Amino acid sequence: MVGILEDKDRIFTNLYGLHDWRLEGAKARGVWNATADMIAQGPDWLCDQVKASGLRGRGGAGFATGLKWTFMPKQESERPHYLVVNADESEPGTCKDREILRYDPHRLIEGCLVACRAMRAHDCFIYIRGEYVREREHLEYAIAEANVAGLIGMNNIHGWDCDIRVTHGGGAYICGDEMALLESLEGKKGQPRLKPPFPAGSGVYGCPTTVNNVESIAVVPEILRRGADWFAGFGRPKNTGTKLMSASGHVNRPCVVEEAMSIPLRQLIDDHFGGVRGGWGNLKAVIPGGSSVRMIPAEEAEVALMDFDDLAARKSGLGTAAMIVMDKSCDIVAAIARLSYFYKHESCGQCTPCREGTGWMWRIMERMVTGEAEPKEIDMLLDVASQVEGHTICGLGDAAAWPIQGLFRHFRPEIEARIANYRTRRANVPGATLIAAE
Amino acid sequence: MSVRRLAKQQPTSFAFTPASLEKAHWWLAKFPDGRKQSAVIPILWLVQKQEGWVPEPALRVVAELIGAPVMRVLENVTFYTMFQLQPVGTVAHVQLCGTTPCMLRGANDLKTVLEARIGHKDHRSADGRFSWEEVECMGACANAPMCAINDYYFEDLTPESLDGLVDSFAVGEKPQPGSAIGRQNSAPEGEPVTLTDTSLYDGSRAMPIKLPGVVAA
Ligand SMILES: Cc1cc2nc3c(=O)[nH]c(=O)nc-3n(C[C@H](O)[C@H](O)[C@H](O)COP(=O)(O)O)c2cc1C
Ligand code: SF4
Ligand code: FES
Repeated sequence: MVGILEDKDRIFTNLYGLHDWRLEGAKARGVWNATADMIAQGPDWLCDQVKASGLRGRGGAGFATGLKWTFMPKQESERPHYLVVNADESEPGTCKDREILRYDPHRLIEGCLVACRAMRAHDCFIYIRGEYVREREHLEYAIAEANVAGLIGMNNIHGWDCDIRVTHGGGAYICGDEMALLESLEGKKGQPRLKPPFPAGSGVYGCPTTVNNVESIAVVPEILRRGADWFAGFGRPKNTGTKLMSASGHVNRPCVVEEAMSIPLRQLIDDHFGGVRGGWGNLKAVIPGGSSVRMIPAEEAEVALMDFDDLAARKSGLGTAAMIVMDKSCDIVAAIARLSYFYKHESCGQCTPCREGTGWMWRIMERMVTGEAEPKEIDMLLDVASQVEGHTICGLGDAAAWPIQGLFRHFRPEIEARIANYRTRRANVPGATLIAAE
Repeated sequence: MSVRRLAKQQPTSFAFTPASLEKAHWWLAKFPDGRKQSAVIPILWLVQKQEGWVPEPALRVVAELIGAPVMRVLENVTFYTMFQLQPVGTVAHVQLCGTTPCMLRGANDLKTVLEARIGHKDHRSADGRFSWEEVECMGACANAPMCAINDYYFEDLTPESLDGLVDSFAVGEKPQPGSAIGRQNSAPEGEPVTLTDTSLYDGSRAMPIKLPGVVAA
């Protein structure tokens, strides 16, 4: 057997789109089975089950989903409650929600209905990134099917009115941040709002709102059908369940796969991704959770587990469980410099440390790539990165600092050598003769 | 942050076609009364579908439609990078992903192809039929390197396959989006190793069940 998870325990059984994604096909795979019974149990039961399953948010931050749902007001009022599904997936490396949106949309729609019941919401928006045109077409089609079949909408057969609507973004990564997403949903520039107020108190249109990732919502009905214990049975304590994981970069067979949480990173690469290009010994480093976490070098990748706590202990993170694999042929400095460009490009420009810092860090990183940077600029760069980190409105500032910190944490001597090498080849940079003489 | 400005040369007017207008009202109906500004991105997108780009006179028409000041629409169109502020290729506009996961698998070689075939990025080819730009991660990294041509994704590209795609568009064909190496979407190349258990698909999952967590009253 490959990996840890058996086929019978997979939630996303149409991950590769080999079967019918429309209503009939989805029903045959067990979607919309016993949904009315779930709804009938009411909010407390639903939240308790999700809590017991140990599900943590799949959008990157890993906040407990059941607990988050209980932050919504316990009473309905004239201010409607909203569920907002974050389908803005733009984190470099990450391509998992896409597979749900295009090939298992009914799982997501069923999850929306159940989550709405759990939070006493009758209104749900799914905010999908603008570039996902095909994905949006499938999702709209599936929602129309569900409405026509009376599965959702007003007076549906499940007994909880629920209006699910799709809207889309315009190509801004920052709109994946929940506070930016709410702004964008209201028709404004996607510049994150300050917290507090938190969305559960005042979210979209000033109404109580919960923002969840696509995968977090889509797994819920299956958890309820099989039982919280079943889901909690995978992975280590506090890191439970199954999870969509993916690889890009230097593996032999990049793909998306559902696996048990806490699977050893090496096993995941070897069993599912066809191994590192040129063999495990050719591995240089892995960024395990989408671009916004610190990388880990090969020695640590050898023993790391794919879960929140293990990777956090390695000063990295599970993020979206989308790993970027880099082998020894790779110019790792250039790879990180390109990420720095990404963050510079995607900064919303609202806070100075991020707006100015991301551009500055990118320019210095480009000089690190060629080696023309000054040796003392390494410490300057790390100093700036640490000043951006934690001093901004949203997490993009942190996300921009971490890849750089990860690079220097593990590969600083390599960059120092690159700078020295550049200087020995160029006689006219300051200090070149000194270095050459050493 | 990327700095984006409206093009210097602008048409004098803009009007929705009846079909676009109907679609615009379909979007407006999704949002509560008094909150129609929420439809600004989808409606600007309709403008772009109709014109190929977003000309300045359209901003005023959209502002009117959503009941917001023109400034709000201008803010949106300059903030969101999917909106083209100048005309793009009439046959094909290529958005090539250049972010690290695609770069690691050869996106820079694809840039060379586009430079040779179309010309400098962000400019139209001499005949106005093609244009290309470099974009940030499009969320298809397991199928890197990739690009979107017009609306759909072309994945697992090589310089040769991208070259072939440009040829196809040039002669008026509509190539099938998806993997250029025949992969099933994001499945691993070659034999499937998961989701092979046929009982997942025989309808047994649709049989009546009792929810495990329910305590009988
Ligand atoms: C810059 C930035 C980008 C983000 N992008 C996404 C995204 O594309 N999709 C997503 O689900 N969450 C994204 N998040 C996390 C969201 O803010 C939020 O935590 C998440 O949607 C909550 O859902 P969950 O609890 O189900 O994980 C992003 C956060 C930041 C700071
Ligand atoms: S950290 Fe960056 S992206 Fe986030 S609000 Fe500040 S400027 Fe905008
Ligand atoms: S980096 Fe190209 S699709 Fe993600």
